[in-house]
Amino acid sequence: MFSDYSLAELSSIFVMQGFAGLILFSVFLLMALGLAIIFGQMGVINMAHGEFMILGAYVTYFTSQFFLNFIPDLFSVYFFVAMILAFIASGALGMLVEWLMIRRLYKRPLDTLLATWGLSLILQQFYRSVFGPREVGVELPSWMMGSLPLTDVVEVQINGLFVMALTIVITIAVALLMYKSNWGKQVRAVVQNRMMASAVGINTEKVDRYTFGLGCGIAGIAGSAFTMIGSTGPTSGQLYIVDTFLVVVFGGAQSLLGTIASAFTISQAQSTMEFFLSGSTAKVLTLLSVVIILMLRPQGLFVIKVRR
Amino acid sequence: MSSNNDKSNTFSSTRRKLLMGMATLPAVPLLAQAGLFSTPAHAQTPATADVNTTGLAVTDDEVTVGILHSITGTMAISETGSVQAEKLAIEQINAMGGVLGRKIKYVQEDGASDWPTFAEKAKKLLVQDKVAAIMGCWTSASRKAVLPVVEQYNGMLYYPTFYEGLEQSKNVIYTGQEATQQILAGLDWVQREKNGKTFYLIGSDYIWPRTSMKIARKHIEGHLKDSSVVGEEYFPLGHTQFNSVINKIKLKKPDVIYAAVVGGSNVAFYKQLKAAGIDLSKQTLLTISVTEDEIDGIGGENFAGAYSCMKYFQSLDNPNNKDFVAAFKKMWGEKTVIGDVTQAAYLGPWLWKMTVEKAGSFDVDKIAAASPGIEFTKAPEGYVKIHKNHHLWSKTRVGKALVDGQFEVVFETPDLIEPDPFPKGYQ
Repeated sequence: MFSDYSLAELSSIFVMQGFAGLILFSVFLLMALGLAIIFGQMGVINMAHGEFMILGAYVTYFTSQFFLNFIPDLFSVYFFVAMILAFIASGALGMLVEWLMIRRLYKRPLDTLLATWGLSLILQQFYRSVFGPREVGVELPSWMMGSLPLTDVVEVQINGLFVMALTIVITIAVALLMYKSNWGKQVRAVVQNRMMASAVGINTEKVDRYTFGLGCGIAGIAGSAFTMIGSTGPTSGQLYIVDTFLVVVFGGAQSLLGTIASAFTISQAQSTMEFFLSGSTAKVLTLLSVVIILMLRPQGLFVIKVRR
Repeated sequence: MSSNNDKSNTFSSTRRKLLMGMATLPAVPLLAQAGLFSTPAHAQTPATADVNTTGLAVTDDEVTVGILHSITGTMAISETGSVQAEKLAIEQINAMGGVLGRKIKYVQEDGASDWPTFAEKAKKLLVQDKVAAIMGCWTSASRKAVLPVVEQYNGMLYYPTFYEGLEQSKNVIYTGQEATQQILAGLDWVQREKNGKTFYLIGSDYIWPRTSMKIARKHIEGHLKDSSVVGEEYFPLGHTQFNSVINKIKLKKPDVIYAAVVGGSNVAFYKQLKAAGIDLSKQTLLTISVTEDEIDGIGGENFAGAYSCMKYFQSLDNPNNKDFVAAFKKMWGEKTVIGDVTQAAYLGPWLWKMTVEKAGSFDVDKIAAASPGIEFTKAPEGYVKIHKNHHLWSKTRVGKALVDGQFEVVFETPDLIEPDPFPKGYQ
């Protein structure tokens, strides 16, 4: 399979695929960060995660329409406004859902699976009724299109770079929030021992609500970013949910570092295999290796190294 | 390979049975014609007992048909257009006085993008509602689920989607193109006009793209001069990362990218192609899966310059189509777009009406027998005729995508193409 290419070609292949892998890594990480908080920290199996992403995507779509129609001069920066609005919308919906539903289920983590699955169906139908069944596409400002040529075959896509930068910023922000801030300490205290945390004066209900809201808000940002590469329809969220859980579980659910490492491993493996094998085969092989590794290490790859 | 051989054997044996079955049919139209002469279709309303001997839901002033599509679930996006077109056709037929003097009433059921549900609802429509015909299905999977039901309960299904072929049933009229109709002329065109010699085949990973690509590959390697396939690849449904295959395209520099990517993946595919700097004015992209509907999601600016090979485009310049587009937009809104399948769905009720009037009866056996030879001169795509294998004769057209999401038709076959659902040498 290597013999079809010359040495020079092979080296550009690895550079290109490495870069494609990095974009995939950013995408995976962006999808998984919100879930890592909700599932990893709170133990809620949130099957509606994809629908929170799609809400962010719809918000981005409507923001772009608004800018196009009312303030076309500022269209080039609409994306930043859209991301903030997506975060607020998904986060607010997340907090509402937590208050209505999730908080009654903390003692029954498996039931959260069913409840959030139902929620995802409800949200899908809601999107379909309100926004229509057809997929919508978001127009990008021109500076986000195109690519920077490095050599004549190797080109770096600008929106890929943008997603990467965004992922880095959000990952750092989440890490600081969880491990450096007072609020992060409270979250981890509540996760470890709810009674004790409550006894030392932490308002556990409030912490729960904001944590869930934060996870959903990050999903909204991810959805906003995905409008650059994918389409937005009522059921698009379903496309992401399996990969997202895969990344989080493989990494070791409670570890942020694990999530990063697992997103990196899966994306690079898949990207490289995709070049030499076919797309479907690469996906199957990736899934198979994840299954095998999880059989050997059910707790996930990186859980031990992390402070809990 | 051996499994392929098995398949072709079963196909040819079912085909043989069908042909044998059809051989006995010519006796029926004679009887039907006798009825037709005594009761001219439009002049007066024939008695119900004469036109319905099998207990269908036909009264003196109404006839019931079924509409069976997904209005929920993942396929709702695609099937909405079909439902709209079928309702429009029914409304127009009713405005003209209906079928054999009877207004069409429809019962709509939701297949919910779930194949067993499709089968269940088809059974409900046939057994409980006694519908005279079903307009429905979209994916091949849903059709395969419904097929045994319409055969067992002797219903009539009008199926609108272009599909992979390899099927024929007395109980189904296929109003979309089968694979060879859509593929061969398009490939010939791209070699002739775009000097395409090397092809890269890309599809979503399920039966339709795989079968279509198999036919395309046979045609490229066997029938086009000095042409070759330099790559062939399939991606899971819903896949959104095409960077790897785009990199391969950059390395292998095929003359033609031949694509059958479906659904949401399309959006990712074309956006990433554009972002990766692949210039569709220099490299030809020909797809068999992107209609005006998909461009809505992809965005006209991301797809402009690509070519799509279909039998119908909304921009077709003929009087039939102008009327159709105007009526469709009047009923469903100015912003709606009409894709290939939507038009094929529109043909269903009309073809059924004309067949019923030719047969002078709503009975399914008589309709099945009367179908071959039915012509629809007012079809938006121009003119269609039902072949004895229950597919339509149709033209194939190539459209160049414009920034506004519409196609400019750059080629159409001069003649109607004979449908060939079991193409020899292509399986």
